[in-house]
Amino acid sequence: MLEGTTSEIRERKALRVNPAKTCQPIGAMYAALGINGCMPHSHGSQGCCAYHRSQLTRHYKEPVVATTSSFTEGASVFGGMANLTTALDNIFTIYDPKMVAVHTTCLSEVIGDDIPMIIAKAKKDGKIPEDKIVIHTNTPSFVGSHVTGFSNQCASTIKYLSKSSGETKNVVNLFPGWVEPADMREIKRLAGAMGLDYILFPDTSDVLDSPQTGYYKMYPDGGTTLEQLEAMGDSFQTIAMGPLCSQAAAEQLEKQCNVPAKVIDLPIGLKATDAFIDALRVAGDVSVPEEIDKERGRLVDMISDMSQYFHQKKVALFGDPDHLISMTQFLVDVGMTPAIVVTGTPGKKFERRIHEICADTNPDVVALAFSDIHYLHQWIKQNPVDLLMGNTYGKFVARAEKNLPFIRFGFPILDRVGHRAFPTVGYAGALRLLEKITDAFFDLRDRNDSDENVELVL
Amino acid sequence: MTANIHILPGREDQVWQKGSGGNLACDRRSLAGSVTQRACAFCGSRVVLYPIADALHIVHGPIGCAVYNWDIRGSLSSGPQLHRNSFSTDLQEKEVIFGGEKKLHASLVELIQYYQPKAAFVYSTCIVGLIGDDVQAVCKAVSRETGIDVIPVESPGFKGTKKTGYQAACEAAFKLVGTGDTSQIGPYSINLLGEFNIAGEAWMIKRYFERMGIEVVATITGDGRVDDLRRCHGAKLNLVQCSGSMTHLAKRLDEDYGVPFQRVSFFGLEDTARALYAAAEFFGDPALMERAQEIVYEEIAKITPRLKEYRKRLKGKKAALYVGGAFKAFSLVLALRALGMKTVLAGTQTGSAEDYEQLKEICDPGTVIVDDSNPLELAKFVLEKDVDLFIGGVKERPIAFKLGVAFCDHNHERKIPLAGFEGMLNFAEEVANSVLSPIWRFAPRRMAQALNPKEDSHHECNC
Ligand code: SF4
Repeated sequence: MLEGTTSEIRERKALRVNPAKTCQPIGAMYAALGINGCMPHSHGSQGCCAYHRSQLTRHYKEPVVATTSSFTEGASVFGGMANLTTALDNIFTIYDPKMVAVHTTCLSEVIGDDIPMIIAKAKKDGKIPEDKIVIHTNTPSFVGSHVTGFSNQCASTIKYLSKSSGETKNVVNLFPGWVEPADMREIKRLAGAMGLDYILFPDTSDVLDSPQTGYYKMYPDGGTTLEQLEAMGDSFQTIAMGPLCSQAAAEQLEKQCNVPAKVIDLPIGLKATDAFIDALRVAGDVSVPEEIDKERGRLVDMISDMSQYFHQKKVALFGDPDHLISMTQFLVDVGMTPAIVVTGTPGKKFERRIHEICADTNPDVVALAFSDIHYLHQWIKQNPVDLLMGNTYGKFVARAEKNLPFIRFGFPILDRVGHRAFPTVGYAGALRLLEKITDAFFDLRDRNDSDENVELVL
Repeated sequence: MTANIHILPGREDQVWQKGSGGNLACDRRSLAGSVTQRACAFCGSRVVLYPIADALHIVHGPIGCAVYNWDIRGSLSSGPQLHRNSFSTDLQEKEVIFGGEKKLHASLVELIQYYQPKAAFVYSTCIVGLIGDDVQAVCKAVSRETGIDVIPVESPGFKGTKKTGYQAACEAAFKLVGTGDTSQIGPYSINLLGEFNIAGEAWMIKRYFERMGIEVVATITGDGRVDDLRRCHGAKLNLVQCSGSMTHLAKRLDEDYGVPFQRVSFFGLEDTARALYAAAEFFGDPALMERAQEIVYEEIAKITPRLKEYRKRLKGKKAALYVGGAFKAFSLVLALRALGMKTVLAGTQTGSAEDYEQLKEICDPGTVIVDDSNPLELAKFVLEKDVDLFIGGVKERPIAFKLGVAFCDHNHERKIPLAGFEGMLNFAEEVANSVLSPIWRFAPRRMAQALNPKEDSHHECNC
């Protein structure tokens, strides 16, 4: 399908071809799903909400519920106040959530609806039951990307709900960033194994990976509870994973409730997981249990076993900044050579970080924010690589490049199931990534090697 | 548990049970605040035009809209694959303030120079009108500059449901109609409207007609080409499948060019045969009818033995269906019946009053019919009716699986041709693959039933 892509990179002034990002509201919706009993609400046209739900469903293979203001022509002229008020009334009467998290869309942003005012008025007019909560976040799609939307939702939730009672508790806040439910589960396991009391926010485990029970629950069991959200203001520290996704929320909490923020990279790969475990160790003033040490040891062991196959293999990556930074670091750590790293999300900081990480191994690394898959494709046509990593859309590039080994990584993954079940964070996640990388290389050899070259033992 | 799920207030009249009398309300906007399964006007126009493979499709707006519609429909093209790329102007804050016309202009010129498409469609999303962009003017200017047709598709999301978008798409496509040479088109010639070539279905259907001796001038829009659209007014008859999306274009072709149209369906044996006969009858040539009968006979004979096998295994199973358009619902009810299955719940996102009348007629007594439904309602009826199979789209799939019910995708994301005679066999296979999976025996509801055969199982539901 991408056979028509030429290798000559043309100057493009104005457009996006095969994007490596999407719009803010979907991130806000995902984050809001990580709150227990929360109904995400999309303040805009019906389509936005349907798209975000469908896309999340395709990725998580789970029912995703959210409501919409169902904008009409009238709303686009007179504003969405009436729609939102009716919507809130309906949502509480019909679906009875504990909380509604409103996010905006292109349309309501351009119209300029004053959401807090509308919420306040709805509250005054009795459209919102006394014991229920409505929060909002602004997610204009013409700024940032889906990652920004996730970050905004997290920060706004804290702004609305976290309080400090004046008494600091021996609890640490963990902000996992935009990772899979399986990853959130793994982060909790690690924190538990370290012996820490923690609050994870958001937490989509047991929301978007719920078991088959035979009945349909609009609000699954998982998610950070309202009590926890409030109590986060009393924790002694926040460990925020992934600057783009979690830093804003951590800083908001620091400002609001004086909870010191420590921002680290997403714990993907060896170094970043080390940093996470270390952050937990320092925070809890505990020593790392043997169990975790052994996990790490097994990872290092596998890297050594397979190191010859990694050596200086060139990799092209695309996806979201937080993920790419940790992944690039991991690839460098196992001896591979990131050649081009592309995100659709704007931000020069990302480019600097990638250059820093690759300074020793590949000073010529191409690091691009606010770019797209089409650019990456054209670039690798001129500079062949050994491996491609990115979301599902990468498979078209891989096919066009004669079945270039390709590993699905990031969001969205629409054509595989593993990401739902197995984490990529932590040492266990890193082991899984190594398995995928070696599988990709070895499968290629098994397919392409001539009879006399086929190796039984690799 | 089902007792705890209620139909949403204000929606009672959008749910109807055969045998209960009364009417079904439809064709209204979804309630603000509802978890509707519906999409928007932009989505409607985009999915309808997208299969035109040698045209450039560019989405003018912030990035999201372009991403969610990127290659989601399994419409195949036998030639160019240009339509499977995603092009967007990716509007930024700056353009929202100062306007996006310049960016659109530059994007179009760049893309047209690079890909040399036969025509370009420009989709305006929600905010384009609001930020004051005159898309029409930009299209005209680019058209002049590049010499190809650049056609605006006016379908901002808030304009309405997919239906509104279908109309905008038809209007846009119609701009090309009548600009091509029709002198080579024979007397027995048709267009297939509303056939999107999902998994190659248009190719299968086209072959039937060609075997009959009928020329298919254009499939609109499956495996579509700009030049076919230009000359499609030269065909003598339009067969409209998927009535919802293309009736408007058929009407325009009738009004302006005197090409009559008939609604047909290619889902299921009966409907496929009926469609072939309808065309033969229209041209009034007994030889055509003879050949149609031969084809029907031959094709059905080919698949009957295997179909019988499936029927034996599927007999008595109960199905629920929730699909986009009503016409598809009719065909599915019949097709399921042909497999020995019963439809106990039927619903559509966008059916009209007329559609629902027809649906009511063909359904069995007791069948529940819903318009513009939502997950809670669907779950309620699936459990109440103890359904074995759910047929729907992407948003319904995980709900069915959570309930422990088999699922068949009958929407545009599927990859298996379900149309025509062979399609019926594929459909049976799809249904059997899911319904007969041993996993449903492990579904909690079934396990409870197995332990306690007389009683219905009851679960507490926290919804
Ligand atoms: S880009 Fe804007 S209009 Fe499109 S889906 Fe996202 S929020 Fe909705």
